[in-house]
Amino acid sequence: MPTMNMIQAINAAMDVALATDPKVVIFGQDVGYFGGVFRATDKLQQKHGLTRVFDAPISEGGIAAIAVGMGAYGMRPVVEIQFADYIYPGTDQLISEAARLRYRTAGEWWSPITVRTPYGGGIFGGQTHSQSPEGIFTHVAGLKTVIPSNPYDAKGLLIAAIEDDDPVLFFEPKRLYNGPFDGHHDRPVQSWSGHADSDVPEGHYTVPLGKARVVRQGSAVTVLAYGTMVHVGLAAAQETGIDAEVIDLRTLVPLDLETIVASVEKTGCCVVIHEATLTCGFGAELAALVQQHCFYHLEAPVERVAGWDTPYPHALEWHYFPGPARVGAALKRATER
Amino acid sequence: MTETMSPSRNHNASALSLHVPEPAARPGDQPIVAHIREVSTAPQPKPPIDVAPDKITALAYGLIRVLDDEGKAGGEWNAHLSPDLLRRGLRAMMLTRAYDERMVRVQRQGKSSFYMKSTGEEAVAVAAAFALDRQDMCFPTYRQQGLLVARDWPLRDMMNQVYSNTGDRLKGRQMPVFYSSREAGFFSISGNLCTQYSQAVGWAMGSAASHDTRLAAAWVGDGATAEGDFHYALTFASVYRAPVILNIVNNQWAISSFAGIAGGDATTFAARGLAYGLPALRVDGNDFLAVYAVTQWAAERARANLGATVIELFTYRQDAHSTSDDPTRYRPKDEPQAWPLGDPIDRLKAHLIAIGEWDEERHTALSAELAEHVKAEGRASEALGTLHDGARLDPASMFDDVYKEMPPHLVRQRAEMSSY
Repeated sequence: MPTMNMIQAINAAMDVALATDPKVVIFGQDVGYFGGVFRATDKLQQKHGLTRVFDAPISEGGIAAIAVGMGAYGMRPVVEIQFADYIYPGTDQLISEAARLRYRTAGEWWSPITVRTPYGGGIFGGQTHSQSPEGIFTHVAGLKTVIPSNPYDAKGLLIAAIEDDDPVLFFEPKRLYNGPFDGHHDRPVQSWSGHADSDVPEGHYTVPLGKARVVRQGSAVTVLAYGTMVHVGLAAAQETGIDAEVIDLRTLVPLDLETIVASVEKTGCCVVIHEATLTCGFGAELAALVQQHCFYHLEAPVERVAGWDTPYPHALEWHYFPGPARVGAALKRATER
Repeated sequence: MTETMSPSRNHNASALSLHVPEPAARPGDQPIVAHIREVSTAPQPKPPIDVAPDKITALAYGLIRVLDDEGKAGGEWNAHLSPDLLRRGLRAMMLTRAYDERMVRVQRQGKSSFYMKSTGEEAVAVAAAFALDRQDMCFPTYRQQGLLVARDWPLRDMMNQVYSNTGDRLKGRQMPVFYSSREAGFFSISGNLCTQYSQAVGWAMGSAASHDTRLAAAWVGDGATAEGDFHYALTFASVYRAPVILNIVNNQWAISSFAGIAGGDATTFAARGLAYGLPALRVDGNDFLAVYAVTQWAAERARANLGATVIELFTYRQDAHSTSDDPTRYRPKDEPQAWPLGDPIDRLKAHLIAIGEWDEERHTALSAELAEHVKAEGRASEALGTLHDGARLDPASMFDDVYKEMPPHLVRQRAEMSSY
């Protein structure tokens, strides 16, 4: 089985999708000849042709609209928004149109589109190359929101997203493109090689949407995480010695509540972690659900560790990013009883 | 003026002033429609479909007409349509108007929550529908119900939607007039203005990429051209040479704002197309023959893989914006009657009479027949319920179609709702 980093896995997923379904079409800024600013679409145009993989004008609103129109025609567009921070001009088309087309037409039309977009911090990306806007989209009925944390899942989830007949927001943690990252920015950069989840099968396979994965079994506390924070959660468990059960949600909507509830009923406490700002972040929904469904099993308040409620700063990145020290402290608070 | 407002004001320069466009006439004024850009009604040339857009810039500023004020057809744009087609066009326009009138009446009776008429703009939709193939996909706004009527879509189905009754295929999820009919090539209407305009370009790109032969046609009002999606649509249509017809229905009003607030004082709406490298035509939107001719020209262009065309349909919104609007609060009461380009139904009728293919008797008889038809369809629709009376929709259906398959959280919410 080949070893892939996350970029190669994402590239492989699109390669498979283009080869299996002639309706799949890929476009976005710089994704064609150049192969994308992160190389995610490298060589796809050369292999599959100019009308299957092509460059788009710098117009997120236009890209989203064209995707909706092509989807209504019967194509299966996979579009790239260069950074999640730049998705906002496309939100009217995604929220008002893609998300509601099936509903408002009672199934007469739908939007089988996938929007790929690199997100998250940890790369000195400052205010507009670091954001985690997933909570804006998880709030929208009709959209699915998917976030992988490793190469194996990235390929399987992306193929599943492309094949899904509902609109999917596919947020790629760009800090994880080349290697896992646990928040220890002062240590040497790791690569994916040697990591168990970097063994990526060739050809077609899927990781089902709506299913979480227990990454680390534990009995003391449940950690709910996704994207880069999965690795931070694992590091915090190891460094504190607290026997945490770390769950990688993988899909935020629809959410695998069953796996979450089973875990919290076992551990009796829960820490929710994400990079996005705290207030009204997706963690608030997770905390509310855990409180509602696990109230009589909870032995401590549900903790949330998130980005501060500020825009993402450049120089002060490591004071902002919820690293293993902050997560570890939350694990202790949740389990000291 | 405080220091903080303009700390570096140059006292030697004359003060600037902000220009806020205002229509020439307001309630109580004499209607002045001459202020509406001096339109040249001189005969316009009809170029070949492969003409370079920059060779026909004058067509974006003039006005393409086939029917003159006396109802005579002439000029290069006269497509010499058969009397039979013209009579069918007249019928579809009259039926659209009769339908509009009934649906406003039933809204006033409280049987529906809302309605929007297209009075005065029937040719814009009906003539275009006749010039397009049935397979071409229309991306309308809420004021092109004439497309459905021209494509013989059952009025009863449209009424069911307006009433949100048990026959409503959209299951009561959309406000009245937000129709959808895949079968009739009528894309789902959204409340968000101009979003369908750029989607139509995407649909057309899909058709081209699939080596299909079908076209897309889109409509937007003068007011909504100010939306970003208008710019997206023209940019992408031009870049990818998409087989799409981009119609701008300039009816002079966006609710209470006159077209000047959308930028209509400075230039024509058609002219905007030129800067994107697209051929742009400005047409008398109340002239059935002219609307048919320009649509046919644009369709031929698109079918020959020559790309998109921008068409401004110059018309006038005769009635209120919607049943929630009172136009006498912002424009002269008799401005609709003063509109120099008349009424599309009256003009086609006059033409048919002038060529000896129609008469007052037949017209009166057709009017009565259509009124009966609308009434009968209305009764049949009301038998399936209205917004507040009669048979009810299943509330549990509210949770269907959010996704293709219902996810667990919606299954839970549906069960909870059903318990009340």
